Amino acid sequence: MKVAKDLVAASATPMVLGILAEGESYGYAILRRISELSGGELDWTEGLLYPLLHRLERLGYVEASWQAAVGERRRKYYRITDQGLAELAEQRRQWDTVAQALKKLGGTGVLAVMPLEGPA
Amino acid sequence: MTAREDELEKQFAQWRHYVQRRKELRTADVDELEDHLRGCVDELVEAGLTADEAFLVAVKRMGSLDELSREFAREHSDRLWKQLVLTGDTGGSETDRRSRLDLWVMCVCAVGAAVSVKVPELFGVKWQGNIEFYAANFSLFALPWLAAYLGWRRRLNSVLIAILVALFAIGAVAANVYPVAETSQAVVISAIHLPIALWFVVGLAYVATDWRSSRRRMDFVRFTGEWFVYLVLIALGGGVLVAFVSGTFAAIGIAPYTFISQWLVPCGVMGAIVVAGWLVEAKQSVVENIAPVLTRLFTPLFTAVLLAFLVAVVWTSAGINIERNALILFNLLLVVVLGLLLYSLSARDPLTPPGLFDRLQLALVVSALAIDVLVLVEITGRITEFGTTPNRIVALGENVVLLVNLAWSAWLLARFVLRRTPFAALEQWQTGYLPVYAAWAWIVVFVLPPLFNYA
Repeated sequence: MKVAKDLVAASATPMVLGILAEGESYGYAILRRISELSGGELDWTEGLLYPLLHRLERLGYVEASWQAAVGERRRKYYRITDQGLAELAEQRRQWDTVAQALKKLGGTGVLAVMPLEGPA
Repeated sequence: MTAREDELEKQFAQWRHYVQRRKELRTADVDELEDHLRGCVDELVEAGLTADEAFLVAVKRMGSLDELSREFAREHSDRLWKQLVLTGDTGGSETDRRSRLDLWVMCVCAVGAAVSVKVPELFGVKWQGNIEFYAANFSLFALPWLAAYLGWRRRLNSVLIAILVALFAIGAVAANVYPVAETSQAVVISAIHLPIALWFVVGLAYVATDWRSSRRRMDFVRFTGEWFVYLVLIALGGGVLVAFVSGTFAAIGIAPYTFISQWLVPCGVMGAIVVAGWLVEAKQSVVENIAPVLTRLFTPLFTAVLLAFLVAVVWTSAGINIERNALILFNLLLVVVLGLLLYSLSARDPLTPPGLFDRLQLALVVSALAIDVLVLVEITGRITEFGTTPNRIVALGENVVLLVNLAWSAWLLARFVLRRTPFAALEQWQTGYLPVYAAWAWIVVFVLPPLFNYA
């Protein structure tokens, strides 16, 4: 099963903010983490990730800086800001609302078999 | 580094080069994407692939560059409005540092030009009462600084620098040391021709060691047009600034007119000459050129005016009444036509086949040629009737110089429209002819005054 494109796009912001809430990270690591979290089911492209990161930076949800750790390449790291944490909490609430609503539809049809939880 | 790693680095460099051509992507983005690609390659190599295989797979995974660029463009639509970055806070790569340094050198040169115009006052040569001095010298205040800025950018060698300094010195001598009578026509003639002569010295600084190259000369033609457009824009902004300075300060009872007329305007104009040159250099890769667009707009209009004028001359069968002012007007008109011709040539893709616009241009050149002949007949008539004066000789020479260019241009344009000659012939003719203007301007400034005993 692959997650539909629309759903991937809609969940992209809380996914990235959630990952960055675990600690600062960079593009390639974020992509790997997403793949790991979803067991490879979430199909993200670079064209989705990097423009999204730049947008979050523009909105002030994340901060970016070029860093060179010892023995590593110069790399652009992203860190979540307080504003980003607030946005993440808000988006979580919205996702929970959607998930709860879907859960209540439990007995009716296909949705019953889908294990619904809040997003990571 | 092993040969294999070396090969991999080469592939990365190639990929980078390819990606950097996308205007939606900035250098910092390319850095970020390269880091991503490298991360991917490292992981694949760890999983047991060879470097070559890993690179291919990683590039393939990154997907189509078109799609990637489209996504970037959606987020950064402002980038498609190409912008001139002045703050230089985009990651600190080598080119950014260079352009920041460039900005500083430009500032120094602009301030230098602005200060130069006030230096004569230290020696008691005030603005009032010395209009001739300032008229004769104004190009000497700013153009050496513009040449210095361009020379710095081109990293000129010492021989070329010496030549430039010598040429400016000769210009200064011609403008100031010749014992020209203050009322003589030579003052006006020199004030008009010295800037032209010195502009070609700036051109030498611009083309630097490539002075033989036709393409480089065409670049200088483009530079001249863009520079003029920027200068006009800066002048418009300066006008607004002056209006506000005089209005707002007058409102609180301070009359800043001395400051405006003696400091703001002269220093501003001199500085603007350098700033405009810097803008062309800084923006040439950023923004589409505007001078050729103006040329396209005005070529049909000028053609219509010239044709109407010729029809009127034939209709009324009146000769051109050449007084001094009219003479200058006609010369200017021909120069404008030549400018239109040069600019549309400089902006044209040499490989496009001849079209309607080229025919229009041919009409423009032929009508200019007809007017040039009319003017020439008139001047020769006056010279044989009333004898030579510096003014008439200058006008005569200028019209001959223009006549030769226009005649051969018309011939080449006609052949080009008939598809007998490639466009390149026309281009080479124009760039090859540039030194003729320079030579004539220098003759007028340097040779004519002694020839006429400084009359």
